Amino acid sequence: MAVESVFSQEGKKLTIKIKGRFDFGKHQEFRDAYERQHPVLDSVVVDLKEATYLDSSALGMLLLLRDHVGGDDSDIRLVHASDDVRKVLAISNFDKLFDIS
Amino acid sequence: MPANQALRVLIAEDGAADRLLLAQIVRRQGHEVCTAEDGAQAVQLFMQQRPQIVLLDALMPVMDGFEAARQIKALAGEALVPIIFLTSLNEEQGLVRCLEAGGDDFMAKPYSPVILAAKIRAMDRLRRLQATVLEQRDQITRHHHHLLNEQRVAKAVFDKVAHSGCLNAPNIRYLQSPYALFNGDLLLAAYAPNGDMHLLLGDFTGHGLPAAVGAMPLAEVFYGMTAKGYGLVETLREMNAKLKRILPVDMFCCALLLNLSFQRGTVEVWSGGMPDGYRLSAAGEVLGVLASRHLPLGILPPERFDDSTCVLPLAEGERLLLLSDGVVDSGDAQERLFGEQRLHQVLAANREPAQLFDELMQALARFGGQARDDISLCDVRMLGPDGAAAQAVVYSDSGRSSPLDWSLDFELRGDSLRRFNPVPYLVQLLQEIHGLRPSSGLLHSVLSELYANALEHGVLGLDSSLKRDAQGFSEYYRQRAERLAAEVGGVVRIGLRVEPHATGGRLMIEVRDSGNGFDVASVLARSPQAQGFCGRGLNLVQRLAHSAEWLDGGRLARVAVQW
Repeated sequence: MAVESVFSQEGKKLTIKIKGRFDFGKHQEFRDAYERQHPVLDSVVVDLKEATYLDSSALGMLLLLRDHVGGDDSDIRLVHASDDVRKVLAISNFDKLFDIS
Repeated sequence: MPANQALRVLIAEDGAADRLLLAQIVRRQGHEVCTAEDGAQAVQLFMQQRPQIVLLDALMPVMDGFEAARQIKALAGEALVPIIFLTSLNEEQGLVRCLEAGGDDFMAKPYSPVILAAKIRAMDRLRRLQATVLEQRDQITRHHHHLLNEQRVAKAVFDKVAHSGCLNAPNIRYLQSPYALFNGDLLLAAYAPNGDMHLLLGDFTGHGLPAAVGAMPLAEVFYGMTAKGYGLVETLREMNAKLKRILPVDMFCCALLLNLSFQRGTVEVWSGGMPDGYRLSAAGEVLGVLASRHLPLGILPPERFDDSTCVLPLAEGERLLLLSDGVVDSGDAQERLFGEQRLHQVLAANREPAQLFDELMQALARFGGQARDDISLCDVRMLGPDGAAAQAVVYSDSGRSSPLDWSLDFELRGDSLRRFNPVPYLVQLLQEIHGLRPSSGLLHSVLSELYANALEHGVLGLDSSLKRDAQGFSEYYRQRAERLAAEVGGVVRIGLRVEPHATGGRLMIEVRDSGNGFDVASVLARSPQAQGFCGRGLNLVQRLAHSAEWLDGGRLARVAVQW
């Protein structure tokens, strides 16, 4: 699977792993990864270790996720981004909305 | 559809007994039958009655089944008319010939009614499948034409809106792929009343119509507010608020906005999410980058939106190169990106600015091999102080109701000084006076200068001598933002007095601030060159107005404009 979701034992922390190109093609899978889950999520980690590329529709998907889990009160971390992916996030200044590491 | 739906079946068989037998079998299965005695008759009947399935004897007089099959297939065109060969041929070669002539199946004598019925049903399934595929293909083609036509109309409407600005100004060169709009790219330019030029390069998320719809409201805000004399900050706030309100959560607009002030020799920049723009010398050498410092438009709610711009000196002849992400993100067959490195090489190799776009497009073509549909390039050159004449706005009323004898005083304090720019309102108000309409650019410049001086040097106490060089320049604007962010004490008073004269009238403008004033005599005594960036305001006001004086130790500016 290109988008994989894993829950912590308490079920309140969701980790979404993206593999390959993170673009509009993953739209449905990405939404399914968090929308079908329990209503209360404390935090979400998006693991971009195996994401090779990220385009502006992926940025839009991240905004949807952020909106879904509480907007300004959300706790979302984007982790293991490669240099290329990190660059796209930096140009858009998404570090002002997400915790990127 | 029921499996036993009645079909029109053509049977061609030279043997009368076989022909009758077959016709009977097929009729009993509920189908309608027509019969031919040879291939030529079969082709003739096919043309007249358009049967849906054909049973052909391979060996017949006049025209054999192979030739009849070829002709029937040719007549049927794209539609599938299944042909079942009736044959006593047993050797492989004969059966292969049947299929090669266009036959879809064959049936050996003696005929089994059960197998024949099954074969007709199977062929009917294939026939209907083909018909469905053709219908869907045609539907897709129709939709595609429809869509292209809609895009063409939408683009024509949009071009009218977008090109109402000044993209054709002599200092702008731009290149956009024809349907860049439907990839979300947007390029707008317009003159402000004071002769400044505003320019926007934007890129909406997504493709197609969804990406293009946001462009209309954005263009409207851009042109409307620029024409009314609003600055970048107010325009940005309005654009962000509007997009935030109308766009779905996952849509936003990366944008780079410029305000080129030819009078001051500066450019004000705001970039959210766009690739680096470049500041180039007249010869094309890279002097600096315009980096994205903000989130794109339409993401943050108005109260969290960051409208801080940066102001850079830009000498006459220097240029700014802006590009959409279609350039650096162009990929080759191996998904490698064109990247900044290759872009820098093209910039470094460029000798003739007019050739830059061609060289860039050639480099992209060499790299990726195919043209992308989302490339926008814009090269805008700084002009001297008199380079751009603002377009006079045309009004439709007669101006007979012009008020010619009135005055107005008002005072701005605290928070209002931090957030509000009174200049566009005052210019709008003064437009009610017919005789002043041709001078709206002049009024905008004079009021902007006087208000900026009163706010920045008077109320905020900023030291204008900071603006000697590029570094001091950014320091000046850093301090300005810092002091505006803190509590602002002090006031700015603006007074307008209009009086009619025998053949026209006179407007007196007074702007007073609560600051410490300045040494009027020594600042005015400096030559414009010695004043550099710091004294341009006073110099400009003196040049534009009929009279200008600074009283009360520089705290009060009094300017007269006559018509």
